[in-house]
Order: sequence, then structure tokens, then C-alpha cells
Amino acid sequence: MAPHPGGLTGTRRGPAVRAEGLVRTYAGRRVLDGLDLTLAPGEFAALVGRSGSGKSTLLRALAGIDHGIPASGALSAPHDVSVVFQDARLLPWRRVLDNVVLGLTGPDAAERGRTALAEVGLGGRERAWPTELSGGEQQRVALARSLVRDPELLLADEPFGALDALTRIRMHALLRRLWDRHQPAVLLVTHDVDEAIALADRVLVLEEGRIAADLPVTLPTPRTPGGHAYAQLRAKLLALLGVTDDPAGAPDAPATPGDPT
Amino acid sequence: MTTTEAPHTPARADAPAPAPVRRARRLGPGRPIPFGWAIGPALLLAVWSIGSATGWIDPRNLSAPWDVVRTAGDLIADGRLQEHLWASARRALAGLALGVAAGLVLAVVSGLSRLGEGVIDGPVQIKRSIPSLALIPLLILWFGIGESMKIITITLGVLVPVYLHTHNGLRAIDSRYVELAETVRLGRAAFLRHVVLPGALPGFLLGLRFAVTAAWLSLVVVEQVNATSGIGYMMELARTYGQTDVIVVGLVVYGLLGLLSDGLVRLVQRRALTWRRTLAD
Ligand SMILES: Nc1ncnc2c1ncn2[C@@H]1O[C@H](COP(=O)(O)OP(=O)(O)OP(=O)(O)O)[C@@H](O)[C@H]1O
Ligand SMILES: [Mg+2]
Repeated sequence: MAPHPGGLTGTRRGPAVRAEGLVRTYAGRRVLDGLDLTLAPGEFAALVGRSGSGKSTLLRALAGIDHGIPASGALSAPHDVSVVFQDARLLPWRRVLDNVVLGLTGPDAAERGRTALAEVGLGGRERAWPTELSGGEQQRVALARSLVRDPELLLADEPFGALDALTRIRMHALLRRLWDRHQPAVLLVTHDVDEAIALADRVLVLEEGRIAADLPVTLPTPRTPGGHAYAQLRAKLLALLGVTDDPAGAPDAPATPGDPT
Repeated sequence: MTTTEAPHTPARADAPAPAPVRRARRLGPGRPIPFGWAIGPALLLAVWSIGSATGWIDPRNLSAPWDVVRTAGDLIADGRLQEHLWASARRALAGLALGVAAGLVLAVVSGLSRLGEGVIDGPVQIKRSIPSLALIPLLILWFGIGESMKIITITLGVLVPVYLHTHNGLRAIDSRYVELAETVRLGRAAFLRHVVLPGALPGFLLGLRFAVTAAWLSLVVVEQVNATSGIGYMMELARTYGQTDVIVVGLVVYGLLGLLSDGLVRLVQRRALTWRRTLAD
């Protein structure tokens, strides 16, 4: 598919995200505890971590929607940030196109919205109500809504968590393709180690309120499970997440969709 | 056993042939009767007609149906009914418009700001526990017995349901949509237009239905307190002359107004909430 940027996409000025000593406290507990993070422009990073480790908290901090939480640390993020939530979060009382262009101004807003919808394969569904779409279609609308803003930073919080395995594979390819075209920096939160390896060029592990590991993914795309390097990276990530990979056949590893061989 | 016999023989456990299906006894009310809703009213009308024709119903208590129809014709012919109807409708509409606007604004202010809620919600809740009609003596003292007292009474009756249901609708808007609005950087006005108002619309429309009922109810009462025009005045006048036919005409008009306005609000509800209907279809 597309050439792998590795690290040579730094066409925009400065890092896309820089966080230093980030602290966020819930009920006296430091969910983020002195977290440092830098994302280069156009970089695709995945964030994994145990449930409750603070992944969503970090994303909300980067999106600037965590009001009223005790916070400290330095944080700089671009102005144009888009968020894809785990639920598609479409306004049920607005038609699909109006959802995509929500908050956009300018005479060409509708046209841009149409283009974005076509990009995610939903051209022609502009006048549908969100409730008339399937879960995967709704998630694609949410993706179109994020991309139509041409964000410098795309934050996605388990965007495919609710989808079936087949739809997920399609969405992975779509996301990767759209990222290639629009080149935002991406921070993708996921539970799924295979999803992280398949999509990202860098996998971050969040633990005890900090980035505990930062692993580059240098495998060529498209990355299908299989092969020594893949297995090694996967085992390493699972170990970091506290899942002891049992040599007999890794029963607690998530089932990988698609047959590698 | 031949196949032609099969449907007639009762099913036996050991019989290999398929047994005829035993229909279960129907427990539900059954198929709807065409124009079934009209049976009760038609029966009432028949009793009323027969009673009047046989002299069993005293015309001083209740005029005969044909007298009511003739009186209605007379009232329309000399323009009195229209005049009174217009006077009533004007009052009800003025009160309704003022009450809906006030209720809506108060609900939005109280729903969007904590300070607004602190200031507004308490008094409205207090007002809610006092029937508007109980306020009439005070309103008469303040505003006299003229038109403004009548319109204000209707306004107060309308305001409460509009406020309550709109406020409820606002509070029920999913906070995730608020978060979304923040991430796409909606301004205050766009937030109101795209999230708050459409989100509260189902509640508002429900409130509107109650408000319309409240408006007619208040109208009936204020028109009988002291008025020189309106359907209520016409009926009150008829009472002093013992004209039961005119009173019945007034009742029918009130009933029709109520039905018509409720139907209108329901129509608006259906058109405005298409996005919700798709779920049910
Ligand atoms: N609004 C809140 N009030 C109190 N505690 C909260 C709140 N939001 C999150 N927390 C706590 O902060 C911790 C981190 O939550 P967060 O949602 O960031 O986890 P996560 O890594 O996204 O988990 P998951 O993978 O299950 O989504 C959790 O222990 C949670 O209980
Ligand atoms: Mg989360």
C-alpha cells in the first residue's frame, strides 16, 4: 500500500502534541501521574493499557474536554483536534450530512461534507437519519465528521470496539487509507494489541499514570498477524500489559480476525 | 385412513397423519369494528333524541338536539357565535403565546445555567403547586376585571407545563452530546440551535399539549368570572335566561376547540419528530 512514513513526515512545524508532567486526579487518585508524551506531526500512535489505566482520561485531556478536574503539567496540542468516540455519537435529530458538517462554517461546508461522506463510502446517504444506519455505517459517519475538519490531531477512543470482526478489518483499512491522505497525527486508544500493531507506527503502553513503554512498529504494511517479528512484538506488548503469554497457545490473547497463512 | 378423511377425524396421539391445528380460544378484544368509536356517542345521541321527543327530558334542563342545531344555525346566521368565538380565541391565543414563550425562555435559562436554575426553578415549582385558578382573586385585585387579568391567568396556566416539560427535556439531553459539541467547537448559539433546542423539542411538544388544554381550561373559568364577550359569556348569559340550547352550543364549541387544537399539536409533533419516528416504524 502506501509508503511508510517512519519518521519523515515532519512537514508541519513543531511536535503535534507535547505533554510534560501531566497530572489528572479523580477522587484523590492520580490517574495520570507525571505523564510525558510527544507526538510528531502526522505520526500514527496507538495507546494501549489495562482497563482503568487512564487512556480515556489522557484523551480527554488532549481534547480539552476534561473540565473541573484537578490538573497540572504542561500540555500543548494543536487547535484543530478531532475526536472519534467509542460510540459514534451522532446527533439523532440531525441528518447524516448535517452531523458531518456540525459546527463547520463557510459556503463550501456542505460540499466538503459530501466529499468526506463519499470518502468513507457513504455517498448518497446524506439525507438519512443516524438511526437508519448500521453500527459500522454510523462509525464511518463519525470518521467523516472528524476528517472533514482536516485536523492536525485525530484522537480516537476505541472507535471500533463495538463493531464485529469483519467490519473492524474494513474500518482498519479505511482509517489507514484516510490517515495516508489527510496526514493528521493520530492517537488511537485500543484494547486490542493486534489492532494497535496493525495500524500504528508506534505503540504506547500506559501504566500507573505514565507511558511505561514506547515501541516503534517497523513491520511493513499491510500487517497481517504471523511471522516472527509480529509474534515477538505482540508477545512483548502482552507481557507489558501483564498478560503472560502461555507457550502452549496463548489462550487469553484476543482472537485475531482474518487468517494470516 | 385416507387423506380425505384426515381433516375430519380428531387427532390421535398415535396417528401418523398431521393433526388439524386446534385453534386457541381468542382472549384479546378481537378485530376492530369499523367506526367502532362512534357507537357510544351515537347511542348517547339516540337516548337524548328519544328522551326529548317523548317529553321524558324537560327542555328546561336540556334542549332537544334539533333545537340545539337550530339555535346554532341562528347564532351563526346573526354572527353572534363567530363574534364570541373570535373573542375567546383571541384571549386563548394571546395567553398561549405569552405562556409558551415565557415557559420556553425560563426553561432554557434555567437549564443552561446553574444560577438561572437557582433563581427560576424554585418559584416555578411553587407556582406549580398553586392552581392558577386560585390566583384569580389576587389577579383581579392587581389587574382589574378587564382583558389583561384574563390573559395573565391563561398565561400562568400555560407557562407551568411548558416550563416543566421543556426543562425536563433539557436535563435529559445526553451529556455526551454536550461533550461532542465541545470537541467540534460549537459556539453558544450553534450549541443552542443544534443540540439544546432539538434535544428538548420532544419535551417541549409534550408540554405544549398540556399547555393547550390548560389554556382552554383557564379560558372557560375566566370567561365566567366577568366578561362581556366570548363563548363563556354567551353561556353565562344563556344561563340567566334559561336557554339550555345556547349552553349546549357553547359546550360543543369548547369541545371542538379542544379536539382541534390537540390534533394540531399532535400534527406538529409528528412533523417535527420524524427522526424519532424512524425508530418505531
Ligand atoms: N468522571 C470520573 N469520576 C471519577 N473517576 C473517574 C472518572 N472518569 C474516570 N475515572 C477513573 O479514572 C480511572 C481511569 O479511567 P479511564 O476512563 O481513563 O480508563 P481507561 O483506561 O480509558 O479504561 P477503559 O479501557 O476501560 O476505557 C478509572 O479508575 C476511573 O474509575
Ligand atoms: Mg476508556
